[in-house]
Amino acid sequence: MQIKLENLKKTYDTITAVNNVSLDIPENTIFGIIGKSGAGKSSLVRLMSLLETPDQGAVFYGGRRVDNLPKDELIACRRKIGMIFQNFNLFSSRTAGKNVAYPLEICGTPKAQIKERVTEMLKLVGLEDRENAPISTLSGGQKQRVAIARALATQPDILYCDEATSALDPNTTQSILALIKDIQKKMNLTVVMITHQMEVVRDACEYVAVLEEGQLVEQGLVKEIFANPQTQTTRDFIKNVLNDKEMVKWSDQTGRFHLHFTGNTPDKPIMSMIANKFDVKFNIFAAGISHLPDEDVGYMNVDITGSDEEISKVIEWLEANSVHVRKEEG
Amino acid sequence: MEQILILVSVSTLQTLLMVFFSTLFAIIIGFPLGVLLNTTNQYGITPKPVFNSVLSRIIDVLRSFPFVILMIVLLPFTRLMLGTALGTTATIIPLSIAAAPFVARITETALNEVDPGIVQAARAMGSTNWQIIHKVLVPEAMPSVVSGITLTIINLISYSAMAGTLGGGGLGDLAIRYGYQRFRTGVMTAAVIVIIIMVAAIQFAGTRLTNKMLSKR
Repeated sequence: MQIKLENLKKTYDTITAVNNVSLDIPENTIFGIIGKSGAGKSSLVRLMSLLETPDQGAVFYGGRRVDNLPKDELIACRRKIGMIFQNFNLFSSRTAGKNVAYPLEICGTPKAQIKERVTEMLKLVGLEDRENAPISTLSGGQKQRVAIARALATQPDILYCDEATSALDPNTTQSILALIKDIQKKMNLTVVMITHQMEVVRDACEYVAVLEEGQLVEQGLVKEIFANPQTQTTRDFIKNVLNDKEMVKWSDQTGRFHLHFTGNTPDKPIMSMIANKFDVKFNIFAAGISHLPDEDVGYMNVDITGSDEEISKVIEWLEANSVHVRKEEG
Repeated sequence: MEQILILVSVSTLQTLLMVFFSTLFAIIIGFPLGVLLNTTNQYGITPKPVFNSVLSRIIDVLRSFPFVILMIVLLPFTRLMLGTALGTTATIIPLSIAAAPFVARITETALNEVDPGIVQAARAMGSTNWQIIHKVLVPEAMPSVVSGITLTIINLISYSAMAGTLGGGGLGDLAIRYGYQRFRTGVMTAAVIVIIIMVAAIQFAGTRLTNKMLSKR
């Protein structure tokens, strides 16, 4: 289901946690919302998932306004949403299977149907043999799998993931992301992932929006944002994932130009073409490649020496060949 | 010896009667109040600050009364309810009213300790407030509630000794009247031993039940 946010605003005491956020989330995709701690991610997801009402603005699910529903309709609407959390938030008084049964119980599903559905959901997340396991006996990854099974038991249209992988180790994070991607396709879900980890966005999301101090500073397709980040916040996030051994440095110095290769440019001999075409010299300081699910993005940190006129010609030519250039100030 | 046995067994029965029914009524009154205290507080599922603070003050006032005074204050009320203010049955009313606020606070504290994230998850799934209370909050808090009720029962055993002054009978009364006032050390010792056994048994059962619940989690 398509989600639309219109000028959302939420203030707690004197802090404006969400400030004038408008966002269109297409259906049947994985949409990431990234921000540092305190950027207002959790507040935003609480507004989107109808746990809180905004001070201003509106939330639409598939064209229907849902932020101002009367109590009964609000509860009915929440039953069409799944949500998973950083701390799993499973019921410790229930077994894994009974946790999955909960959302079905509260909307009055017949017992036989609940039993069938619980088995089916646990199988989907690969825990069919742990139905009667107490929650405390499960590992973090297994807990999140139970939480996913619980969130999706009622076959919702939307799944919100609030820092769902932040408490997990890297390997478990990967397996949970793979599971979410797989289930998203199987169930045609609209998944909204709130995170502070750029690798989660890189590995799982199709779109991303960057949140800073309660405001959206940048949004678009993940591959485009990776190739051509517009704000310092986004660049910092991307730098964090790149430092993960993907960037090779030849020197401690940094050059003044950052090149981002997108599309099919990594296949072309761009650098030697420049050297032939223009009267400039290159010095490469660092380079790397980032693997997005369906595309690779290359990075290069270089110095270009030559006359200002030639340099601006080079930049123009690079941009024309879908290499984004960003010049370091100062 | 046989006389002691009869005295002690009659008194034991009276104590059990008083403690059982006053525990029952204290839970019937106190438990829902505890749930209300939790759900209407600032962080509860349906915050009602004014109602919460009024209820909270009333409970504090009731808890501040020394039991002996509460018993006397409640005399007219007990007479109104039962037609008499004397005897084992009559003591059940002041005992219940003394223990109910305690049960309410214990329940409230136990519910306050339930992880707010779990309640948020239940809400996000579209639970009604009533479903959150009886399917999430209460089951999650049950082990703490049980260990709190164990405490309440033990308190009631000691309160019931004081209720002897109303002619309620029971082991405490027996120990005072026969043992202390008539210098019959044997009766007193027997009464005290039975009380010790009773307290130990209830503590044992309570702890066991709590642990059993926790071990399934």
